[in-house]
Amino acid sequence: MHSMIGAARSWLATGAVLAIACVPFGALAQSSEPIKIGVIGEESSVAGASLTKAAALAADDINAKGGINGRKVEVITYDDHSSAADAVRAFQRAVSQDKVVAVIGSYISEVVLAIEPWSARLHVPLITPGAASNLISKAVHDDYDHYKYTFHGWLTSAFIAQAICDYTHELLVEPLHMKTAVVMSEDAAWTTPLDERYLECLPKAGLKVLDHIRFNPDTADFTPIFHQIEDKHPDVIMTGISHVGVQPTVQWHDQEVPMPMVGQSSQATTSTFWKDTNGAAEGVITGTAAAPDVALTPVTIPFAEAYVKKYGVTPAYDGYSAYDMVFVIAEAIERAGGSTDPDKLVTALEATDHVGAIGRVQFYGRDNLFTHALKYGPDLVPTIAIQWQSGKQVCVYPTSICKGKLGFPSFVKTPS
Amino acid sequence: MRAVQILVDGSAISSLYGLAAVGFTLIFGVSGVLNLAHGGIMVVAALIGWAAAGELGLGTYVGTLIGVLAGLTTAYATYFILVRPIQRSRAIRPEETEIFVLTGTLLWGIMIQVGMAYLFSDNPVTIRPLIPGVVNILGVRTPTNEVMIVVVAWAIIGLLWLLVNRTRTGKALLGASMNPRGVTLLGYELNQLYLVAWTIYGILAGIAGVLLASFLGVSTANTGQLTASAFSIVVLGGLGSVSGSLIAAYVVGYLETMTAYLIAPTLRPIPSLILLVLVVYVRPQGLLGRR
Repeated sequence: MHSMIGAARSWLATGAVLAIACVPFGALAQSSEPIKIGVIGEESSVAGASLTKAAALAADDINAKGGINGRKVEVITYDDHSSAADAVRAFQRAVSQDKVVAVIGSYISEVVLAIEPWSARLHVPLITPGAASNLISKAVHDDYDHYKYTFHGWLTSAFIAQAICDYTHELLVEPLHMKTAVVMSEDAAWTTPLDERYLECLPKAGLKVLDHIRFNPDTADFTPIFHQIEDKHPDVIMTGISHVGVQPTVQWHDQEVPMPMVGQSSQATTSTFWKDTNGAAEGVITGTAAAPDVALTPVTIPFAEAYVKKYGVTPAYDGYSAYDMVFVIAEAIERAGGSTDPDKLVTALEATDHVGAIGRVQFYGRDNLFTHALKYGPDLVPTIAIQWQSGKQVCVYPTSICKGKLGFPSFVKTPS
Repeated sequence: MRAVQILVDGSAISSLYGLAAVGFTLIFGVSGVLNLAHGGIMVVAALIGWAAAGELGLGTYVGTLIGVLAGLTTAYATYFILVRPIQRSRAIRPEETEIFVLTGTLLWGIMIQVGMAYLFSDNPVTIRPLIPGVVNILGVRTPTNEVMIVVVAWAIIGLLWLLVNRTRTGKALLGASMNPRGVTLLGYELNQLYLVAWTIYGILAGIAGVLLASFLGVSTANTGQLTASAFSIVVLGGLGSVSGSLIAAYVVGYLETMTAYLIAPTLRPIPSLILLVLVVYVRPQGLLGRR
């Protein structure tokens, strides 16, 4: 026992000597140390797993090209189990223990809103690749000096709703003469602003809103909801669903609800959705970041192919954006002259102009209501709409780049 | 119209609740075990059934069978790995055994949930309906699968009734739930009766899990909720009372459906929980409870 302690002491002594000897080379050693980026996801959910996988792939791609100024990128992943408390702990650990320079975190608005103040307190840049609530960028706008470390790397709910109004007008109102809709959204932070914008922009797009139903994300039996919707005889059901997806879709199909489900159905953005629903997804239309076979930019298809090759499934919507956000951080560090100082990094992130898998990534400035949110637009980050057809996600909007034609299962009745 | 919708919709969910709760109350009646891993067993049946039917490509019928067997296996595992060692342990005082079983099965249920989430993710899965298509019942378009669920659930409950009331083993089972000592004096081995009860329970929970997956879809995240709903139904009906549980299943099923239709889908589980609290105050032995 004594000899072991003695041995440990002598090792410690050697270590101390070595450490002292290394001091003059400290600067050199640091420049070859990896740059660490924390990624908070959730392995047991489709979207939560996709964002960590895509971030790891991005780090591999950056390192294969020589890293950032010769330094490798290291992605450290954390699992928050969809819990805000776990996410806060993961964020604290990432910063204090693992010394990350920035965090890419979560696709759930409630979780992001919980870690956003910690990004402000600890002065560590946070980018969410998948949450949508308007409140995330509103906090940055309202208290820029404190909250400037947070960036919103995914479209805000308001833009998502606007994009859906845009595509329903072009796909459903004009060619199919649809005139009425019922909004059906899960009760969550991201759908509050989504529904507000839906109620505002759907009438402008030519769809009168007959009813607005919000339901508990724990709902298992959607039959009463579908019956309530059917009683109003709308032409289309406008969805805002992300926590749920499989169950309403399967029940819609099994009960042969005669109107199409269109809108934002985040679970439907990944390829596993077809298997999970046993093909009940046929005909479902959702907005998404990108589709595996649509060349939104030169990055989109190579990324999707590499992802499928490595993981066997297509990325979920936040996989595309998480991949981009690792590059956005890497490029910001390069622009900051290799510095990882948080304030310099924020300034560099604000100057982001990156062509990634989801489009051309830029962030709104301090004066915009959506400070640090993704700029939305046809030449920036557009929304595309996909429809599930015979096991494939077929791109149906924007019609300029998508060649797919709409088709619905036989139980769906369209006015034309 | 609304009344017919409520009547039709409520019947499928109520009979599924009934099926799941009957086994739960049976093992309590016979062996005094409150199995808080109940939801976990249903989830295992659903997920393994889904994986066998879809992932392995064995089809709905074989998948259903494998799912039920998986439920039974998990029930056996619960009994042999957890419940029986606790019941036989000399280190645990007899008056504390029930608490240990309660805690043990609760932890076991969490282990099942986390393990299954690791293997299958917490995304809900659905088994393709055994009978696809819809039928029109009094003007309400109803999936044929739902009608089948009601029929299957009641056929199984009927079989169970025959088993308990018309066979020697069944009568011994009933006896064990009334007076375990009396049954042993008549020469029955209690352990064998426990095993029979757990077998019936495993099959019922397995079938309920698979049917639920084909009706509404099942996710590992539902584990706690499934246990809680079986637990409240059984408490409402009277612990250990099979017919009480069946009545309570319908009370809860219809109360939920009515809330969803007439008040708001968001409030669906609330009234039945309030009812449960009231029952605990006013009639703690439940609707048909004996003690």
